[in-house]
Amino acid sequence: MGKKREVQEINASSMADIAFLLLIFFLVTTSMATDKGLLRVLPAPMPKDQKVIDEAVKVKERNVLQILVNSNDELMVNGQPMEISKLREKAKEFIANPNNSEELPEKEVINAKFVGDIAITKSHVISLLNDRGTSYQVYLSVQNELVAAYNELREEFSRQKFGVALTDLAKSDPEKYEVITKKIYSMKISEAEPKNYGKEGGN
Amino acid sequence: MAKFRKGGGRKLSAISTASLPDIVFMLLFFFMTTTSMKEVTLKVDQKMPEATELTKMEKKSLVKYIYIGKPKKEFQKSMGTGSRIQLDEAFANDPSEVEQYISQERASMKEEDQGGMIVSLKIDKDTKMGIVTDVKQALRNAYALKISYTSMQKVNNY
Repeated sequence: MGKKREVQEINASSMADIAFLLLIFFLVTTSMATDKGLLRVLPAPMPKDQKVIDEAVKVKERNVLQILVNSNDELMVNGQPMEISKLREKAKEFIANPNNSEELPEKEVINAKFVGDIAITKSHVISLLNDRGTSYQVYLSVQNELVAAYNELREEFSRQKFGVALTDLAKSDPEKYEVITKKIYSMKISEAEPKNYGKEGGN
Repeated sequence: MAKFRKGGGRKLSAISTASLPDIVFMLLFFFMTTTSMKEVTLKVDQKMPEATELTKMEKKSLVKYIYIGKPKKEFQKSMGTGSRIQLDEAFANDPSEVEQYISQERASMKEEDQGGMIVSLKIDKDTKMGIVTDVKQALRNAYALKISYTSMQKVNNY
């Protein structure tokens, strides 16, 4: 007697096993979040009785940037072969037409909220046509470059006019953000009705 | 001069494993936060393409998935090696089935969510555009116009 007993510690050695079990369970049932993607909006379906309207909607030649991708994943922009890496610059020049060139889309003055009168290439169209044999990676890269061109122009505009980055503007002032994305640099990427003009590879 | 201890005599004390659960729990939480539950068992190969201008899908409940790629090894005997479409757990025989699938999925969504539906296209990067174009046409016909080409973040741009 007189000897004090120490309080017995709870045995925690099995805790590691339990935690391991949970860890392995989650490793097996889950996958890394890859839920990021390039958002695009498809055009509404054409009425069934309507003929292909390729001819009906005539756009001035200078307003169109025609991009073709063939089954060998080669790019043709307005009739000239081009590397994908140069597409972004080309698209930016086309969309903005900074020097008011005769070759590039015509500028129209519009009145936008917060900005006032501004000349933009309102009626420009980027037309994208791919072959059935084009690989998906190349198609996506082309789309990515075009979206990137718009995003870079928007970013520049946002910094110039409002002095903030575009992502910050989207949070702090959604209305201004909408003006930039919907009015000033609205995306006009049109994908032609699918045509099969080349051999289809390995599908 | 310090004396060297003679061997033997004292026993080596065991390494304390008391911090092991903490370490494992840390790992566990890391994986729980960075991963998401698998939606389906994949039956097609999926190597995502790379892109830079990506948007993160915010609302999971609005997103429906379509998988396209070559069938995995175990299905190649019955399905061949050409690119196939997987809807939920099954292979689609024809791209036009996508239309039906989408309207089914839409009907199962909450009414207020139906307009905001996004179709996430998870397509293997080596797929040819032919089948993708067919699926896109089917999506247009089903009025599922908001789509997202799922891809990986490209690490360096230039």
